[in-house]
Amino acid sequence: MDLLLETLSKIGFMFALIMGMVVVLIWMERKGAAFIQDRTGPNRAAIGGVRLAGLVHPIADVFKLLFKEDVAPEDRHRGLYNLAPWIVMTIALSTYAVIPFGDHLTVAGKQIPLVVADLNVGLLYILAVAGLGTYGVVMGGWAANNKFGFLGAIRATSQMISYEISMGLALMGLVMVFGSLQLTEIVAGQGDLLFGFLPRWGVVVQPLGFVIFITAVYAETNRTPFDLPESDSEIVAGYHLEYSSMKFALFFMAEYAHMVIGAALIATFYFGGFQIPWLPRPVLEAHAGTLLTIKLVGVLVASLAIAALFMRRVRNERNKFGDARDREPVLGVAFWLVLAAGAAGGLLMGPWNIGPVGADLMATFFQVTAFTVKLVFFAWLFIWVRWTLPRFRYDQLMYLGWKVMIPLGLANLVVTALVMAFV
Amino acid sequence: MSFEGLPKGSGNKERTFRESIYLWEVLRGLGVTIGHLVRNILHTDDMPTRQYPEEKHVYSDRFRGRHRLMKREDGAPRCVACQMCSTYCPADCIEIVAAEHPDPAIEKYPASFDIDLLRCVYCGLCEEACPCDAIRLDTGIFEIAADQREKFVVDKEFLLNNETDGTR
Repeated sequence: MDLLLETLSKIGFMFALIMGMVVVLIWMERKGAAFIQDRTGPNRAAIGGVRLAGLVHPIADVFKLLFKEDVAPEDRHRGLYNLAPWIVMTIALSTYAVIPFGDHLTVAGKQIPLVVADLNVGLLYILAVAGLGTYGVVMGGWAANNKFGFLGAIRATSQMISYEISMGLALMGLVMVFGSLQLTEIVAGQGDLLFGFLPRWGVVVQPLGFVIFITAVYAETNRTPFDLPESDSEIVAGYHLEYSSMKFALFFMAEYAHMVIGAALIATFYFGGFQIPWLPRPVLEAHAGTLLTIKLVGVLVASLAIAALFMRRVRNERNKFGDARDREPVLGVAFWLVLAAGAAGGLLMGPWNIGPVGADLMATFFQVTAFTVKLVFFAWLFIWVRWTLPRFRYDQLMYLGWKVMIPLGLANLVVTALVMAFV
Repeated sequence: MSFEGLPKGSGNKERTFRESIYLWEVLRGLGVTIGHLVRNILHTDDMPTRQYPEEKHVYSDRFRGRHRLMKREDGAPRCVACQMCSTYCPADCIEIVAAEHPDPAIEKYPASFDIDLLRCVYCGLCEEACPCDAIRLDTGIFEIAADQREKFVVDKEFLLNNETDGTR
């Protein structure tokens, strides 16, 4: 019973994290793209005059897509057409089962590992499930009975086959270094220091493997510069061309869920997962009170500074629009002042003396935060790269996959083996 | 890299070693885009985007917007229903029904004066053809929208009350 409750709450946390990240990523994608291209991006949707810099738009989009008419082609294969979006979404979500998002949490004297399923072949599970993701794409592209959708499905298949090999080769180097297929073991191995000062992160011990892996992940998630399965300028939208309303939304959300997986995998394998460099778990627990105090002071200073920035807007933009949007800066000041007051209240309660239970909780909190920060950074990197690089041509994609990445992956494996054997 | 069988100019360009490993150039590109992002976040007001319904574009004085009919001092239309504009109109969008005017000095006045704004090409030839400066396209109004085709056929009353937007 306890185990069931534990697992369900961890699944709930992961689900909330992914879905929250999907909303934030759609916002980051639109706003980031706009700023990179010297535009302002979405800034119209508002709840009571508060626009949250465009964050209301994803919510509005969800409502729009839920109520939209579902237009489907007459000659589709009905079963597969309806099944495909669900398969894509389910497989995107199931990868998260093995990714550790924290060390452990002590509840009522019992240590709970913060990973939904700590499989001893977690890495193989990830490779297997990531490979299954193509099935939804192929089904969707084929069942819609559209030539562009079919082309997209074919491209997705061949791309996945080509890049899965180099992805696996890059990960094998990592497995040789850390000696385990279990993700918690790999992350634990990255908590040590190399030569006494460098964190023993995957990117430090396997730099070439990291480059190969990140390229393969971009290809697996169908993101630019490898977004050939849906390349909108060549085959319109590829595999999800004939989908509309919520079925399209599932494909769309699955793409972002895949990005979050990709970011989580990069963070877990090559950037120490939830580990904070130079602050392993025992040190974190010992100094949790001090760190909490520093954190609260930081929050206090930062929120006061942001409130001051909003004060400037209150002064300068009193009647900028002449409608409810003028309330926005005032509400901004109020929000940041409430946050500052919360931090000040926390400081008054004496956070430097929080006791062992509090220390354990805070150490977990810091680790989960570290994981989330890494996740957000690598998810942003996906967006950043998308709005920087043009798409590869198809032959260039195949050339890179088969003639560059695989030989490099093999070379990386040989060099790793030699170093491990003789050093 | 070499790409056999492709037309000249696509892949035959000599690349330096730094370009051929691709990674350095990727990082350089990322630097360019993040520069734009940071600059635009710090100087949001300098962005060229116009917040349209609040900030409207001001066209030059020669811009031809929606038509208006000029009035005499007593408020009656200046138009004498001579049909010059509707004859000259290349889009054939002006329809005038003439009627006899009680003042013998004026002779005729338009009983109805309809312009189909969807057919109009905004060339301004009616303005040039008019012998008494009765029709002008100088309102500067460019927001011409409606939800029914019928609403685009505007009548005499509408055109007489079509004032300039004050920019000219």
